Amino acid sequence: MIGEAVRPRAGAGPRLVTRLLGAAAFAGSSKLNLLGVVLVATVFGAAAFGALLAPYPPDAISLLERFKPPSAMHLFGTDDYGRDLFSRVLAGARISVEVAAVVLSISVTLGTLLGVVAGFFGGLVDEAIMRVTDLFLAFPALILAAAIAATWGGNLTTTVIALSTVYWPWYARLVRGQVLSLREREFVTAATVSGANPWDIMRRHLLPNVLPYVIIQISLDIGYVILSTSALSFLGLGAQPPTPEWGGMMTDARGFMREAWWFPTFPGLALALTVLGFNLLGDGLRDWLDPRMRGR
Amino acid sequence: MTRLLARRLLFMLFVLWGVSVITFFLARVAPGDPARLIAGPHANAEAIANIRAIYGLDKPLPVQYVQYLGGLLHGDLGTSFTTRRPVAEDLLAFFPATLELSLFALLIGSTIGIAIGVLSALRVGSVVDGVSRFVAVAGLSMPAFWLAILLQLVIYSRLQLLPIGGRLDTGMAAPPQVTGLMTIDSLLAGQIATFVASIRHLILPVVTLGLAEVGLMARVVRTSMLEVVGADYMRTAAAKGLTNRRITIRHGLRNALLPAVTILGLETALLAGGVFLVETIFAWPGVGQYAFNAIRASDYNAIMGVTVVGAVIYVVINLIVDIAYLYLDPRIRYT
Repeated sequence: MIGEAVRPRAGAGPRLVTRLLGAAAFAGSSKLNLLGVVLVATVFGAAAFGALLAPYPPDAISLLERFKPPSAMHLFGTDDYGRDLFSRVLAGARISVEVAAVVLSISVTLGTLLGVVAGFFGGLVDEAIMRVTDLFLAFPALILAAAIAATWGGNLTTTVIALSTVYWPWYARLVRGQVLSLREREFVTAATVSGANPWDIMRRHLLPNVLPYVIIQISLDIGYVILSTSALSFLGLGAQPPTPEWGGMMTDARGFMREAWWFPTFPGLALALTVLGFNLLGDGLRDWLDPRMRGR
Repeated sequence: MTRLLARRLLFMLFVLWGVSVITFFLARVAPGDPARLIAGPHANAEAIANIRAIYGLDKPLPVQYVQYLGGLLHGDLGTSFTTRRPVAEDLLAFFPATLELSLFALLIGSTIGIAIGVLSALRVGSVVDGVSRFVAVAGLSMPAFWLAILLQLVIYSRLQLLPIGGRLDTGMAAPPQVTGLMTIDSLLAGQIATFVASIRHLILPVVTLGLAEVGLMARVVRTSMLEVVGADYMRTAAAKGLTNRRITIRHGLRNALLPAVTILGLETALLAGGVFLVETIFAWPGVGQYAFNAIRASDYNAIMGVTVVGAVIYVVINLIVDIAYLYLDPRIRYT
C-alpha cells in the first residue's frame, strides 16, 4: 500500500521521549500554558487518585459536623449534612472528567465519521449529512441540551445524551472542511488511482491528517463540556443529590449561603479553575500546533 | 447577490422546519405520558383518556405533528399546563425582561471587550496584553451560576450594596408598560426613583451575563486587529503622516470589527444559555426563569415553545448577520 510508504513509523521509545520533550517545551513556552498544564494535571490527578486522597468518604453524613468552617480537619469545611466538602470536591473531579470523556468520545466518533464520509463522497451524501448537521447547530446549545435533559428526566445519562447531541455537529463540520481540502491533495489522488478501496483511503490517508485538528478541538471543548455538565446539574437537570457533582453541590448550597460561605465557594472554585485550565491548555495547544499563530 | 440571498432564505425555511421536527420528536418520544402528567398523579384511566382526546394525544404521531406544525404557523404554541395560558402569550409577557437584561449585557460587555481587544493588540507581548488575554480566557471560563452566587454573597449579603434579585424594589409599582423595559418605561413616565431601582437591580445580573461577552469579544477583536495591523493600508496610512489615533480607529478598528459582527450569532447562543442560569438565580422574571419553571413542572408545551422560539430567534439573527456581512464586506459578493 502506498499509505505505508508515506507514513514512516518510528519506534515507540524515541517517540515517547520526543513527546515528553515536546510537552515540556510547550509548558515552558508561556506562563499561561504552564498554568494550564498545572491546572489540568491537578484535575486529572484528583480524578484518578481523589478517592485515595480524600480524608472522608464523599457521602459520609455526620449531623454533629454540620456547617463547620474550613479548618485542618475539614479543608473546605462541611455542608448541611456535615459531609466533608474537600472529599466531595475531589469526587466531583472524577465525575466531571468521566462525563467529559464519554461525551467527547461519542461526539468525536460520530462527528468524525459523518464528516469524513460527507467530505470524501461529496454530492448528495454530503448534502444530506451537512443539512442534518446544520439543523442541530441551529439550536442555542444549552437550550437544546436543557430541553433534551428536561424531557428525558434529569440524571447523568441524559446529560451525556444531551451534550453529545450538542457537540457532535461541530466535529462533523470541522472534519468535513478538512477532508474537502485534503481530498484534492496528490497522495489521495495517488491512492485513488492505484485502486485503493475508499474506506482504506479514509482510514489510512484522511483520518490521520484530520486528527491534529480534532485533538485541538477536543482540548478546547473539554472545559465547556464540564461547564455545561455542571450547569445542567445546577438547573436540576443533571446529576441528582447526593451525587457529589460540582454544579449540584452549588444548588444545594444556595439555601445556606448566609451561614456557610464556603459551601458554594469551593465547588464553584474547583469548577472555575478546571474550566480555566482546559481553556488555557486548549488555546495554548492551538497556537503551538498552528505555526501561523506563533508569536501572537 | 439576490441569488445568494434567496438561497439563504430558503435554507432558513428548511432549518425552521427541521427545528419543528426535532422539537416535536423530543417531546413526544420522551418517556412518560404527557396526558398522565397533565391529569396529575391521582387521575383515573377515564380522566387520562379524556385529556388525551382534548389535547389530541390519542391520534397517530404524524397527525399530531401536522396539527402541531399547523399551530406553529399560526403562532400557536399550545397551552401551558401550569399557567393554563397560551404559551405564546406567556412568552410575550416574559420576553421584555429577558430583552432588557440581554441588551445591557451585550452592549456593555461588547464595548469593554472591544476596548480590551484593541489595547491588547496594540501592545502585543506586553504586560497589558498578557493581563487582557488572561481576563478574556477567565471571562469565558467563569461559570455564570457560580459568579452569580458569589456576587450575591459578597455584594448583597455582606456589603448590602445591591439588591439580591428581581427587577424593582419590593412594593414598588412597575411604570406603565410601553416597551416592557423597566429602565426606559420609568424614564418615559418620569419616575426617577423607579429608574434608579431598575438600574440597581440590573447591575449584578448584567455583570454576570456580560463577563462571557467581554471574554469572547476581546479575543476575537484582538486576533482580527492583529491581522489588520500588518496590512498594507495601515502602512500607507502611517506613511501619509496620519496620527496614530486616526490610524488605529479609522483604518484599524473599522476593519477589525468585521469579524466581531460575525460572532453575534455565537454571542446570542452564549446569552441564551447565560440568561437561563442568571434569571433563575436573580429571580429575574424573564423567559429563562419561565423555562426553568416549565422544566421543573414537566410542562412540555412550554418547554417546546421556549425551544422553538429560542431556535427561531437564533436562526433569524444568524441570517441577519449573514446579510449584514454581505454589505460590510464587498469581497464576499463576488465569490
